[in-house]
Amino acid sequence: MSAVTEQQIPSGTWTLDPIHSSASFAVKHMVVSTFRGRFENFDAKLDVAEDGSATLTGTVDADSIVVKDPNLAGHLKAPDFFDVERHPELRFEAHDLRRDGDEILVNGELTIKGHTNPLEARGTIAGPHQNIADKTTLGLAFETVIDRTKYGLEWNAPLPKGGFALSNEVTLLVELELSKA
Amino acid sequence: MKVLGISGSLRRESHNTELLRAAATLLPAGTEWVLHDGLRAIPAFDADEEHLAPPAVVGLRDEIAAADAVLFSTPEYNSSIPGHLKNALDWVSRPIETNSLRNKPVAVIGASTGMFGAVWAQADLRKVLASIGARVVDAELPVPSAHELLGDPEAVKESGLHEQLDGILAELLAEARPVAAAA
Repeated sequence: MSAVTEQQIPSGTWTLDPIHSSASFAVKHMVVSTFRGRFENFDAKLDVAEDGSATLTGTVDADSIVVKDPNLAGHLKAPDFFDVERHPELRFEAHDLRRDGDEILVNGELTIKGHTNPLEARGTIAGPHQNIADKTTLGLAFETVIDRTKYGLEWNAPLPKGGFALSNEVTLLVELELSKA
Repeated sequence: MKVLGISGSLRRESHNTELLRAAATLLPAGTEWVLHDGLRAIPAFDADEEHLAPPAVVGLRDEIAAADAVLFSTPEYNSSIPGHLKNALDWVSRPIETNSLRNKPVAVIGASTGMFGAVWAQADLRKVLASIGARVVDAELPVPSAHELLGDPEAVKESGLHEQLDGILAELLAEARPVAAAA
């Protein structure tokens, strides 16, 4: 169970400020470059109990994927990739959060396209801090790498001179501003 | 349940159209079958004219939209799919986010007079359909030497073709049944 203590993060329910948060991804493209995209709609919640145990949950609306080309967005939403018709939500849930100063380690399960795998994510944590509206806020930022083929996202295309169009390794980048209800 | 058949061959005595008709006889009772017959009338895709949507394109889009599943049978021209079939799909694919093939269960079979049964054309067609956003059955059904096989009921029986068609149709119809959305 969690090593988060009451002293480290005050107990209560911490909810997302979506305007000041982001959920994005980066993947190696054409062997050499990095392609980035993001999800417009997502939610996250951190529940910290009086005993210090904590649960972090996050959901992402798969249909809200944003990339610069509408044809590519269409392909990413199709069965070849996220299959948003049958799998409208990406989900992360963790019951194991460990804070050490401004670092945080989270162990949970990530579900994409009906495939659930354990995921360990390291990141940073800032706060709690009283913001300008006198709300208590926390800032969490995570960056972790997953193998997309373990989540049923297996599309690829061989390049004429070797290599594949897309890397299997995808970096997930999540930045959350949470405030206490 | 309604299944639409689209033959990639325009030829009157097409083996691929014949293969589709054979598949249609194997559909479960109560399944409605429609064979599309309008590819010849579809003009070359032109993005400048995209908004005009010729009647033959509208007809194909509407037939796809009205079907629960689509079964394609393609010949192989120069190691790939016929140009007019690709052209028709290019029309149907626009706009990509709302096209009538999007999330549509589709399967691909193919016949040729050669020994490979249009297997490369089938692979190319599956790739094109997936790129458009269709729900593509991950299976192929190559029918080689179609000119010798399809007109000979005894040879068809011995070849196991009907069993193969049954298998791919079962996969196609399973995809077409409503499923509960999952995470």
